Amino acid sequence: MRSHAKRLPSRPVILLLQICVLIGFFGLWHVLTVSTNLLSPFFFGTPGAVLERTFKDFASGVIWYHLGITLLETALAFVIGTVAGIAFGFWFARAPLVSVVFDPYIKAVNALPRVVLAPIFALWLGLGIWSKVALGVTLVFFIVFFNVYQGVKEVSPVVLANARMLGANSRHLFRHVYLPSALSWVFSSLHTAVGFAMVGAVVGEYLGSAAGLGYRIHQAEGVFDTVGVFSGMLVLTIFVVAIDAAVTMIEKRLLHWRPQEAQTTQT
Amino acid sequence: MPQAMPDAAMTAPALSLPALSLEGVTCSFPSPDGRGQAYTAVRDASFTVADGEFVSIVGPTGSGKSTLLNVAAGLLRPSAGRALSFGAPVTGINPKAGYMFQAEALMPWKSALENVAAGLEFRGVAKREALDRARPWLARVGLDGFGDRHPHQLSGGMRKRVALAQTLIVDPKIVLMDEPFSALDIQTRQMMENELLDLWASDRKSVVFITHDLEEAIAMSDRVLVLSAGPGARLIGEYRIDLDRPRDVAEIRMTPRFLQLHQEIWGQLRDEVLKGYAQTKLR
Repeated sequence: MRSHAKRLPSRPVILLLQICVLIGFFGLWHVLTVSTNLLSPFFFGTPGAVLERTFKDFASGVIWYHLGITLLETALAFVIGTVAGIAFGFWFARAPLVSVVFDPYIKAVNALPRVVLAPIFALWLGLGIWSKVALGVTLVFFIVFFNVYQGVKEVSPVVLANARMLGANSRHLFRHVYLPSALSWVFSSLHTAVGFAMVGAVVGEYLGSAAGLGYRIHQAEGVFDTVGVFSGMLVLTIFVVAIDAAVTMIEKRLLHWRPQEAQTTQT
Repeated sequence: MPQAMPDAAMTAPALSLPALSLEGVTCSFPSPDGRGQAYTAVRDASFTVADGEFVSIVGPTGSGKSTLLNVAAGLLRPSAGRALSFGAPVTGINPKAGYMFQAEALMPWKSALENVAAGLEFRGVAKREALDRARPWLARVGLDGFGDRHPHQLSGGMRKRVALAQTLIVDPKIVLMDEPFSALDIQTRQMMENELLDLWASDRKSVVFITHDLEEAIAMSDRVLVLSAGPGARLIGEYRIDLDRPRDVAEIRMTPRFLQLHQEIWGQLRDEVLKGYAQTKLR
């Protein structure tokens, strides 16, 4: 498709340039805080200290426990939110009356900034992982719900008629037509859903908890430990990038039937 | 407009129960804006298709050809009249019919082989066995070795072959085809037409073939029905095609009898096409 687009350099060159940007960012940070003292290291930390702290946390193993908690909350929020979203998405798409009656309420709840629910969940479910999971679920649910609803509604009527002519009963239609169509929409929103599951976990931890990455960042903030805050952010970023890569891999495996952009081999 | 009925009556010889018979079928749809009078696509259409017969229906665009096919398939309930398939009234999906759609109807998330096997699976055949039985069908439509491709990885012609195998594998007694090859280029199309005739000759199913291409209709069929321009399209002509079989769709177009038939039917169809064209300009 992009035959007339400008030729990009090869992958290793791009990777090299990307690494240069990273080094440039840390270099600038270093120059501003350490070499010239334009920015106070107390407020901005220094890249050396942040990397050192991060490395120490990983080496001593303190961080793994917190990482594990956040990962568990993210996973639970994602799974529960997705299953509920698929179930309700199907129900609403197949029952027009339900969908029409609940439509304004769904929209209202979705418009509500979910962060305000965090204290309530903490009140109901305590400071353990479940209040964070609940917050994550409220975020993931709506993304999956709307995608499944759309996926079921947008099944091609011709494909549907064809399956019926081939003898499909309603169970077959669900398994062979509606579900794959809806899942393709769910998978295409996988990145967003996983991202939101994690936002729920971290924000929940931040607002009140005894473990997790959000808790670590909050603790560091409480004692003006800027290096600790930045170190927490760095770990969080690495964590998100890793999860995102995993999601991309899963997506590629599950959506291999989808047309990709036309590609030709380049020599 | 003279009521040309060159070939006796609109009934087929009643040796066995007709594969399909439409009796006074009228289809009206509510107008798009929800008020005003309903739009009648087809008015009072009656015809029969004998067991093993290849019948084409030609007509200008917008004459409700697909509507008639949907009634025969049981996908659409007519406003008046009824459809019978092998003597049984069509209520709900017609279990004796296979339907090849004009638009893309393959399941994009299934591979070519899985698509062909789908009909068997729906009929309770175990998945493994269904796939085993689908393989020779893929070979029959010339797609040996393409089984694990997904529809988007196949060309338009290949997708049509998959659709053909998918329709025929469940052994329908009557095959309904809605301009199945209209999206193909002329060479691929003639190849597919010959392949279809070969497949048809091997087990003589009844075929109702919808097309707007008169040459295609004559080259393939035993009988050609002409539909008038819509709205309220009616069947206005019936022609028996007495060309020898087996036929080659490309070569048969050169024979004098073909040209004679073409001239005869086109004489009637042209007026309708012009009317249909005027209609679309009005809209």
